[in-house]
Amino acid sequence: MEQNITTTVFYLLAFVILASAFGVVRSTDVFHNALYLVLCFLGVAGLFLLLRADFLAAVQVLIYAGAVTILVIFAIMLTRRPDMSKSNLPNQRQGPAFVLAGLLFITMVLAFTSTDWSLSVQAVPEQTTRLIGQLLLNEYVWPFEIVSVVLLVALIGALILARED
Amino acid sequence: MSPIGLNHFLILSAALFVISLWGILAKRNGVAILMSIELMLNSVNIAMVAFSRYITPTVLTGQIFAIFIITIAAGEAAIGLAIILLIYRHRKTIDADEIDLMKW
Repeated sequence: MEQNITTTVFYLLAFVILASAFGVVRSTDVFHNALYLVLCFLGVAGLFLLLRADFLAAVQVLIYAGAVTILVIFAIMLTRRPDMSKSNLPNQRQGPAFVLAGLLFITMVLAFTSTDWSLSVQAVPEQTTRLIGQLLLNEYVWPFEIVSVVLLVALIGALILARED
Repeated sequence: MSPIGLNHFLILSAALFVISLWGILAKRNGVAILMSIELMLNSVNIAMVAFSRYITPTVLTGQIFAIFIITIAAGEAAIGLAIILLIYRHRKTIDADEIDLMKW
């Protein structure tokens, strides 16, 4: 019974994610693209919950569906044009790009299905947040500190780039 | 219905990746290209968390990697959008086909 629910939820989320990703790529109104993007991010957050990654699901909703989307909508509003419905047209390389993407997809699926993964039978810890906090401040403390410097550099760089002079 | 395994998540992640690759290659609007890049990073996160769940469930390496990817993606979005605003201010367009000053 639980298996069936998991399967149904997976296919539902997969449909939402792929359909909204398709909307992001195909819709010609750039504002609609941003709205589809939010839907896709929320679908991925649901997928993280299905994978027992509760902390990451919360981070996904906060950072992607919250912060990044606001940033994108700001950029859309600041680069507005008169006719929004034609603000995001595809270029003339659509066909070759589609073929390339399709070939890459087939290659990846063949690679995934032919690999013999060494699956583990152990269960995921009930709550991952405490474990992630301990890992970040012990084993991964150097990457953690370096990534905070990267964020600071990105912040200052964005300010310098975007200010009026 | 067959139970959901690692391959289901990996194939979903690959599908999301190639859809956003299509978007990156076939879009004109600079903001739309950045959105597709965000989707691409998200598809990598799905693969990372799926590996973490099915291959190393107790040490959470994949989830830590996903956190770092999210952080870098946020920085990338801020810098990328700042660059796009700068280009718009100078050239009044964000059409990636018209930004060809460095093309020979």
